[in-house]
Amino acid sequence: MIINSIKRRTLLGAGLAGASMLAMPAVLRAQDKSLKVGVYGGYFKDSFDKNIFPEFTKATGIAIESVAEPTGEAWLVQLEQAARAGQAPADVSMMSQVAMLKGQATDLWTPIDMTKIQNGSNLLDRFVNKYPDGRIAGIGAVSWYITLVTNTDVYKEAPTSWQAFWDPANADKLGLLALVSNSFLLEVTAKTFMGGTNALDTEEGILKTFEKLAEVKPNVRLWYRDEAQFEQALKSGEIPMGQYYHDVTGLAAADGHPVRSTFPKEGGIQDSGCWALSRASQKVEEAHIFIDYMCQPAVQATLSRKVGTSPTVKRESTDLTDKEFAAVSSDIEPIVPRYDLYQTKSDWLNQKWTELIVG
Amino acid sequence: MRREPPRTLGDYLPILFPAGMLTIFFVVPFGTMIAVSFFQRQQGGFYTPAFVYDNYARFLSGFFGGVLGFSLMLAIAVAACCVVLALPFTYLLTRMARRVQVVWLVALLSVLSLSEVIIGFAWSTLFSRTAGITNILVALGLMGEAKALTPSFAAVLTGMVYQAFPYTVLVLFPALVRLDPTLTEAARTLGASPLRAFFTVVVPALRNTITATLIMVFIFALGSYLLPQLLGRPQHWTLSVLITDQAIYQSNMPFAAAMAVFLVLVTLGLVALTVIAGRKGEAA
Repeated sequence: MIINSIKRRTLLGAGLAGASMLAMPAVLRAQDKSLKVGVYGGYFKDSFDKNIFPEFTKATGIAIESVAEPTGEAWLVQLEQAARAGQAPADVSMMSQVAMLKGQATDLWTPIDMTKIQNGSNLLDRFVNKYPDGRIAGIGAVSWYITLVTNTDVYKEAPTSWQAFWDPANADKLGLLALVSNSFLLEVTAKTFMGGTNALDTEEGILKTFEKLAEVKPNVRLWYRDEAQFEQALKSGEIPMGQYYHDVTGLAAADGHPVRSTFPKEGGIQDSGCWALSRASQKVEEAHIFIDYMCQPAVQATLSRKVGTSPTVKRESTDLTDKEFAAVSSDIEPIVPRYDLYQTKSDWLNQKWTELIVG
Repeated sequence: MRREPPRTLGDYLPILFPAGMLTIFFVVPFGTMIAVSFFQRQQGGFYTPAFVYDNYARFLSGFFGGVLGFSLMLAIAVAACCVVLALPFTYLLTRMARRVQVVWLVALLSVLSLSEVIIGFAWSTLFSRTAGITNILVALGLMGEAKALTPSFAAVLTGMVYQAFPYTVLVLFPALVRLDPTLTEAARTLGASPLRAFFTVVVPALRNTITATLIMVFIFALGSYLLPQLLGRPQHWTLSVLITDQAIYQSNMPFAAAMAVFLVLVTLGLVALTVIAGRKGEAA
């Protein structure tokens, strides 16, 4: 009796699994003109779902299935593991520069054919991500700034320099990003105190920068991985100063929260996301159409207005007014992260960084 | 009813399903993890299959030793606090009316339904300067000025004890319900105070249960990685936090796997030691 029932159940289970597997390709074939696009979950994704993707589907007939991706490199790990198994959880994903470089190391990104990206001529050169041999790995999607943010109730005057982080008066008041590869605090320290990010060319230079950076430790109340944690504390004044994203801070201020984002005189940190195509994806054609669409100056301008990101195309090609452009960018020369370091020295930097903040 | 030991293959069949599940969902993933822990890390990329000891070598340093030591100490502290609080609580609970017991147990179960994230954010608000409990003390005139109680070790410990407390009660409850009430009655008849009867009769009678509960809460607490981040400073981050960092943010699977294997081995070693010590104590 027992034997029989187990057999029947096993058979049923196997049958179901088999049937669903057989059914899958049919489902995929039925949605041929579709594309899975990964964008950062939460506010970013909501904004894309509302303002960008419906227009794209209207213009091209390609349905978009948006996938919420986690920030940082978590998504890269998932894409890579899936690609090894021949799967693509998203065809096109928005990836940060550090993740782009790491993906290049394993040929994760299908090279982009620029002849199919007619609007590519509008792009600023620094937003075209290339493999060492010149193939195009990814195309700039949006760029954003990490700036010095403060609670306006606690700080009546906006700080003017990153040096505020080192000010003993700000003891236990800062919220900073917890990872070396997303806080870019080494670059900030080098630009503020060592004359520029070239100070990070040598290991001695990096160690010296770490030493200087260690001086901020007594001022740091929170090293955050989770953005919501800091955003909430900043709004309430619990943690009244720190580094945060210019776009989201601007939106919070527009909602009436007592926060402000300041471009320090040394510059804000400029980072950007690329559209990149997983090598496991079969939707190469649709992906090119999508990327081309996103490179249009008009779409970039919409992103600036609705999402608060800075355009990756030449400013004069867009119809952004001076005021609109100033809201998402700044004339002060930005601090550009040393992405190369996070590839060539990533483990060493991570070890030193962890020892710095944990030790 | 007498229990017969299984004799034929047919008698073993009912355990084949759980055994199969355990193999598929525990043994195989754990085996994969051990394999990955010996793989070669590709800096700036992922990993390639190999057999190298580098990942373990990197872990064997004063820095990671310190983090491991702190994690173990924190888990032990959580287990001790939970049992010290939960044992008298559960004992009193079992002496109450059935209806009161049900209300308490449902309340405790509902705490279990809260995710670690919610618990973490709730405590960080309670411990904050702007909206926290110190404001009540200020209003009562007991404190001069509201201040933040987080991030601190006490905050981490509170959050983790809060999270593990319901488990502790639920594990202790059946044993305490089954405890023969005549034992304490005998002690009382012989002139022991209730407190004395609790410590000299109830606690020793439950020694095995208490040990098992300590081990369970210890292991439960060792895996915690969110609360130390939400409520503690970096020096209060557990090894699990660093494992997550390596696996998710640094895409260094081999090193993360090596740390995880090491953590499992140390845990199993400590549990074995506890069990052996318990046996010896019984024999003496």
